[in-house]
Amino acid sequence: MIQFINTTLIGITAGSIYALMAISLVLVWRSTRVINFAQARMALLSTYFGYEAMVRTNSFWIALLVAMLGGGLFAALIELVFMRFLLKRSNSGPIASVAPIIATLGLYGVIRAVTASIWGGQELQIVAPVSNVGYSIGTETLVFSPLKLLILISVGVLVLLLSLLFQKTNIGLALRASAFSPEIASLSGIKVDLVRTLGWSLSGAVGAMAGMFQTVDGAGTFSPDSIGFTLLFVSGFIAAVIGGLESLVGAVIGGLLLGLVISFVLMYISSSLFFIAPFVVLLLVLFIRPQGIIGVKAARRA
Amino acid sequence: MSLVVSHVTVHHGAICAVNDVSFTLTQGELTAVIGANGAGKTTLLRTLSGLNKATQGSATWKDQDLLHSKPEHLVRSGISHVSEGKAVIPELTVAENLDLGAIWRRNKKERIVTRDEVTSIFPRLGERLAQRADTLSGGERQMLAIGRALMSKPQLLLLDEPSLGLAPLIIEQIFQTIRELTTSMGLTVVLVEQNAMGALKIADTGIVLNLGSVAIAGNAASLIADPQVRAAYLGY
Amino acid sequence: MHKLKSVHHLGFFIVFGFILFLASNRVDELRVYQGASVAVFVIAIASLILLTGYSGQVSVGQGALMAIGAYGAAVVRNELHVPILLSFFVAVLVAAAGGALLGAAAARLSGPYLAGTTLALAIGIPPLANQFSILGGEQGLAFDVGNPPASLGEDFTKYKWFFWIAALAALISMWLLSNILRSRYGRNWRAGRSNEVAAQLSGINTVRSKILAFTLSAGIAGLAGALLSMTIGTVSPSAFTYYLSLILLAGAFVSGISTLSGVMIGAVVLVGIPEIADVVANRMGSSENISTNLPGFLNYALLIVTVLFVPNGPVEQHHARQARKAAKKKIKSLPKPSMEGNT
Repeated sequence: MIQFINTTLIGITAGSIYALMAISLVLVWRSTRVINFAQARMALLSTYFGYEAMVRTNSFWIALLVAMLGGGLFAALIELVFMRFLLKRSNSGPIASVAPIIATLGLYGVIRAVTASIWGGQELQIVAPVSNVGYSIGTETLVFSPLKLLILISVGVLVLLLSLLFQKTNIGLALRASAFSPEIASLSGIKVDLVRTLGWSLSGAVGAMAGMFQTVDGAGTFSPDSIGFTLLFVSGFIAAVIGGLESLVGAVIGGLLLGLVISFVLMYISSSLFFIAPFVVLLLVLFIRPQGIIGVKAARRA
Repeated sequence: MSLVVSHVTVHHGAICAVNDVSFTLTQGELTAVIGANGAGKTTLLRTLSGLNKATQGSATWKDQDLLHSKPEHLVRSGISHVSEGKAVIPELTVAENLDLGAIWRRNKKERIVTRDEVTSIFPRLGERLAQRADTLSGGERQMLAIGRALMSKPQLLLLDEPSLGLAPLIIEQIFQTIRELTTSMGLTVVLVEQNAMGALKIADTGIVLNLGSVAIAGNAASLIADPQVRAAYLGY
Repeated sequence: MHKLKSVHHLGFFIVFGFILFLASNRVDELRVYQGASVAVFVIAIASLILLTGYSGQVSVGQGALMAIGAYGAAVVRNELHVPILLSFFVAVLVAAAGGALLGAAAARLSGPYLAGTTLALAIGIPPLANQFSILGGEQGLAFDVGNPPASLGEDFTKYKWFFWIAALAALISMWLLSNILRSRYGRNWRAGRSNEVAAQLSGINTVRSKILAFTLSAGIAGLAGALLSMTIGTVSPSAFTYYLSLILLAGAFVSGISTLSGVMIGAVVLVGIPEIADVVANRMGSSENISTNLPGFLNYALLIVTVLFVPNGPVEQHHARQARKAAKKKIKSLPKPSMEGNT
């Protein structure tokens, strides 16, 4: 029984981090119709920003803020300098749909090389703000700890804030309109280019949060080749696909589901399936319900 | 003269879509731009609202340059363009679509007032404010598109084939409404249409485009009476 | 006419092969070894050109397919002691089987969904080797192609042997592949890539065509994987990380993704970049951090530059430019359209 509860809790926590990554991917998708394969790398870079802040201030929260701000700014920069140019150049020909994929993969590699050059390959530590020691129930210790609770609450608050932003504010309306129909948005007086950059910087900030929590929830350390970050993109991507790629709610549900499934598979079937399980889940989803849980579109064509 | 279009030429790659078009409109004038498919009507409109780039020529609205601005800036100057094919966003509600038209306006109270005005012009929209736009009928969507354009309190209204795909009765209603709005709001309107008769009947003046160039222009009534126009576009 | 074409090609390959073999006797060991690596990359990149360039399916998982082929060859050689040629055949077959499965799963996917799925594959498959003892776990399996036959003389080193095997494999597979790409299958792939619905309406079974592309591409990749392991001497998960898949993609685009003609460019670039990076890093006297990461940086920066500026590869870009010039000339020479009637 305890094992069941533990597995569920681990799944939900991991899932909430996948949900963050999924949200950041969905934000980019909705504003630019591109899957940014470098998203997790950008989150890694943001985590380095957070690390630097942590070293200087010894405060996790300041580090998190710095990471999110840095991540947001960096993402905006990428959109301004890189994506606009790319999308203008690759509007036609058979290469049109492939170019953004390849370009963001290239961006992935470049960011990785640059971060590794600056900070080296060693593991760096980020100290969690609260303990990761599990709560006790009687003589048993749950895997659930104050830290995991904090992560869940933070993710919940963020999702709530984002939803409010999108549904209730003018900026949110502008973001949604620009995503659904850039031309109509432009004709309505919305500065579509600016809005797109905003969408990217939101996604960068959210990704940064994912990176920081991912590090702190796991080993507490990270490096350019951390397994956690390697899988972060894939997990976020799969979670986004499960959720249907179009909605934030879908991303959250997708993340939680994925987290739970993987957690149970690892616990009850075999822990060595760690790397291959996401792939199998992805295949299953794409086969059974390609439009995702929430999505309405018929074909899985990008 | 409020709208001055002078020797505007627009290319799509190597092909010339609009060829040396010139015309002027006074404030409050409704002009119908008619012509066959591919005559360049839509391209002309899109160039005036900033969506397409002109190769040559100039166009000004009350001395403001139209050809070198982005659409989002022109909206702020009082120019609204309702593009072809029911320009609404299906995933948003009717209310949100309308609000979109006024999103750049600072004063919230004004926005609400304007929305009330629009829903009094199009009561059907008022009944469906909370519904998603994709649940509306064709005619309602066209009303929504026009309503959204009106929300920016435009002075120059560019309409691209509002009658496309609509039932004859609805088309009549829409044309009627366009005429009434032009008069009551003092709008200047460029109405691009394939439904030449319907458009010329409500218009003050008309322009006939053929293969990108102006073939005839003049008073709407005289165009309706012109035998060549009748033979080519009015069907009798 | 048709027969003449393929013979012509064969002639080209034979002559080229002869030149290579002559050259291999005159350069030092390091170059010969690099030559073998180039040959391996030629094959691997060609598999991507087939899959992504011709059939339009973006795969970030060729590394995994190479791994499957390599493991297949190693297992068969170590457990059953088969001759080298047979183990390479097994590599091709096993990888092709994997490719067929993957292709069937992927046939309904396109664009980023396909890319994401193959990326998940690239990350997920190599670590599987750790689970099965027959696959040797972390250290991997040894893969030894044996010593060169005595008949080739005493001076014939092991590296030269690697080069001959790899180069021969590359020549043969490139010849076969170029013929396949020119055939009906190649045309079907191209048709499916540019407009799937139109292709279907023309009677092409695009799903089957896509799966065929995956199968063939995987088989070729499997061969490359086995050859790669030959040059290293072992098969282990660490040789087939997802970075391999990424740099292959880079090499394929630098070569010109839609045609086989530039395949050597990409292969040489991939092998050459670590060298160039070394030289640059030494010249600049940079720290170790920078020098270890410079090759990666150059690789991916090159990929980005290629995609932005030369997306179809240098060869195709050149042809396209010529075609555009010719088209412009033609349009200008057409008579201007006249006004109908007097309206």
